Amino acid sequence: MKKAAEINEQIPWQEVTVGCEIYEPGTSRLTKTGEWRSRTPEWIREKCKQCLLCAPFCPDASIPVEDGKRGEFDYDHCKGCGICIKACPFNAITWREDA
Amino acid sequence: MSIRERLSGNEAIATAMRQINPDVFAMFPITPSTEIPQYFAQYVADGKVDTEFICVESEHSSLSACLGAEAAGCRAVTATSSAGLSFMNEVLYVAASSRLPVVLAVSCRALTGPININHDYSDSMAERDSGFIQLYAENNQEVYDNYLMAHRIAEHPDVRLPLMVCEDGFITSHAIENIELEEDAAVKAFVGEYRPENYLLKKENPLAVGPYGVSGYYMEARVAQAHAMMNAKKVILDVAADFEKTFGRSYGFFESYRMEDAELAMVIMGSSAGTAKAAVDELRAEGVKAGLVKIRVFRPFPGEELAQVLSGCKAVAVMDKSEGFSANGGPLYAETAGACFNLEQRPKMVDIVFGLGGRDFTVEAARSVYGRLEQIARTGETGPLYTHMGQREA
Amino acid sequence: MAYNLKEEMNKKDRFNPGHRLCAGCGAGIVCRAMMRAVDPEDRAVICNATGCLEVSSFQYPFTAWDDSYIHTAFENASATASGVEAAYNVMKRKGRIPEGEKVKVLVIGGDGGTYDIGFQSLSGAFERGHDLTYFCYDNNAYMNTGTQRSSATPRFANATTTPAGTESVGKKQNQKDLTQIMVAHGSPYVAQTTMFGNMKDFHEKAHRAIYTQGPTFVNVLTPCPRGWQYPAEDLLAICKAAIDTCIWPLYEVVDGEYRLTYEPKKKLPVEEFMSKQRRFKHCFKPGNEWTIAAAQEYVDKKWEDLLMKCK
Repeated sequence: MKKAAEINEQIPWQEVTVGCEIYEPGTSRLTKTGEWRSRTPEWIREKCKQCLLCAPFCPDASIPVEDGKRGEFDYDHCKGCGICIKACPFNAITWREDA
Repeated sequence: MSIRERLSGNEAIATAMRQINPDVFAMFPITPSTEIPQYFAQYVADGKVDTEFICVESEHSSLSACLGAEAAGCRAVTATSSAGLSFMNEVLYVAASSRLPVVLAVSCRALTGPININHDYSDSMAERDSGFIQLYAENNQEVYDNYLMAHRIAEHPDVRLPLMVCEDGFITSHAIENIELEEDAAVKAFVGEYRPENYLLKKENPLAVGPYGVSGYYMEARVAQAHAMMNAKKVILDVAADFEKTFGRSYGFFESYRMEDAELAMVIMGSSAGTAKAAVDELRAEGVKAGLVKIRVFRPFPGEELAQVLSGCKAVAVMDKSEGFSANGGPLYAETAGACFNLEQRPKMVDIVFGLGGRDFTVEAARSVYGRLEQIARTGETGPLYTHMGQREA
Repeated sequence: MAYNLKEEMNKKDRFNPGHRLCAGCGAGIVCRAMMRAVDPEDRAVICNATGCLEVSSFQYPFTAWDDSYIHTAFENASATASGVEAAYNVMKRKGRIPEGEKVKVLVIGGDGGTYDIGFQSLSGAFERGHDLTYFCYDNNAYMNTGTQRSSATPRFANATTTPAGTESVGKKQNQKDLTQIMVAHGSPYVAQTTMFGNMKDFHEKAHRAIYTQGPTFVNVLTPCPRGWQYPAEDLLAICKAAIDTCIWPLYEVVDGEYRLTYEPKKKLPVEEFMSKQRRFKHCFKPGNEWTIAAAQEYVDKKWEDLLMKCK
């Protein structure tokens, strides 16, 4: 079974999967949609109460949660929509002051 | 041991389905294919099959449900005709490009309008480029036999394409003829089980079907699909060889009838071939070198093989039982003429559109075609290449 | 089991990042929450209608889904799902899927694929009674093709086929009440929800729908920043305004019994919702005040009707 990581726009037709099927879970992670971002949210740890109210509202699952605590943004995938900034009741997420 | 029976084409298909016992049958009624799901519903009601039988709300949905079931890991079937097949159009292409080997029985019927329930190939010919394999039959026996071979061809790993088993509406679907049926166990053994490597309900790994394909992949996917259709040629012959070994009846891409030394030939499909064969026999008795080729496999089209058979002829009439409105002849003519173009010595070739919406085709009419071919062979003049036959004229 | 946000967030995402939905698209939030509502030990097959979500979540060779997924066409997601469910039943019966294994059939489509072109197959599947759950991410227009009006577009919204102009105040018709139509199918569970709070309302409805035998329906108001014309970060404020104005009331119908699941402390005027989105901008022009009054009147009547049903 061919892996998505081996499929790209250089492979010959013989190697494209039958019917363009994919046989693995979650291969979209290979696409780094973080490149789309024009603005970047920043997590201010000191202000964070770990209420997790930001996490379910990220359309890009880019607020990783482990053992009930959120971690640093997954900037490989965060598209910078800013929903999390407005979701946070404690102002613990702000726009990064980019140059 | 074969069982002698008397069945209509529809009942022959339903019987084959019962013997195969598909996993899912999604149905929607339309004349003249309706009897197929009706017979099958009774098999379900009587416990003769353990198929999941779903009565959906349209043909678009019946084929869509088959796609879902097939992708989920099941053998799925349905049947339709005419407008029902047209309504499936979009999903036919999806079935083929998703490489889901659904088997679809088609009782071929005219398309509207005016609305008409009788036979011609307007419906199936309109779907000739959908990516389905298409098998045609002259009579009930051939319909039954084609159906027994259908799943093995469609599901073969080198093919994985959906397939239409076509019969002539009413003429074949409803006429009761003698037929040799095979034993249930022998059919089951011949057809085998369907066990795809990947399917939606597989536990070990998920399967994702039906992506958006950017131009970086679309061309490659289509070329792969085109090759699958080319691969189908060998598989069709292999399955036919095994069928002959198992059940004794022989099938190829087409049937050559008295073609050995034929100078005048007809290329024709379905039940009309039976009528034309009677004309050929009469003409042969009179010393005319007449023959005919009856196309069984229209998709994939056996162009090279057909050209070879026609190469010795002086004049050929292609008999189209559908009107493509190309103003240049019907679909069978386009295929046949194209196939013969590169022959060193090619016959003169005309197209005759006939039998639309159930218009009769008689032995006399067939003889008149050979009369025209004889004149073409003698004079070298084809006259109009594209004509209609059987209509009233002012 | 009581809803616990921490536990829900500890679950591995079954709708993965790297999908190509626009930044701030509500559908991404919906899909993540929908998949959290499937118990971790169970598998799912997702049947998706053509639309934004389909072209974004499975662009070859990248699938955002951990579970099996099938897209066939725009109008037939429910029919395709009917086939998957039939396959599941027959494979269980024939022993090809072991007794203990559970696979849930989920269908998801936008309002175009649900209210409009997919309505026939949706209605058919519900009438037949397949065991599946349909999630509609209702973003009020055909967004994949560029915000053309659908039967889910609210009255007065500026869509690209119902633009406001000197002779037009946007769409002429009110939104089709699909949720009520699905109730009329006799479904054992129908609900309306959206994104707010800690997602408890969404989760509980989705879970109940998925684990209720039979065809169940969850209609999710799903803001689209591009189509509704608002800054992406305002999604939650817009959802909150939709429920507090009662433009999108939250309720569920269990075996025909209505239950309100959220009642605003103070019912807000419709301007609170409309003023946040430029698709209603023309309604606030002098001379067009009547549009807001008409929108308010419609919402009030629908809300009163719903309260009667919930009594």
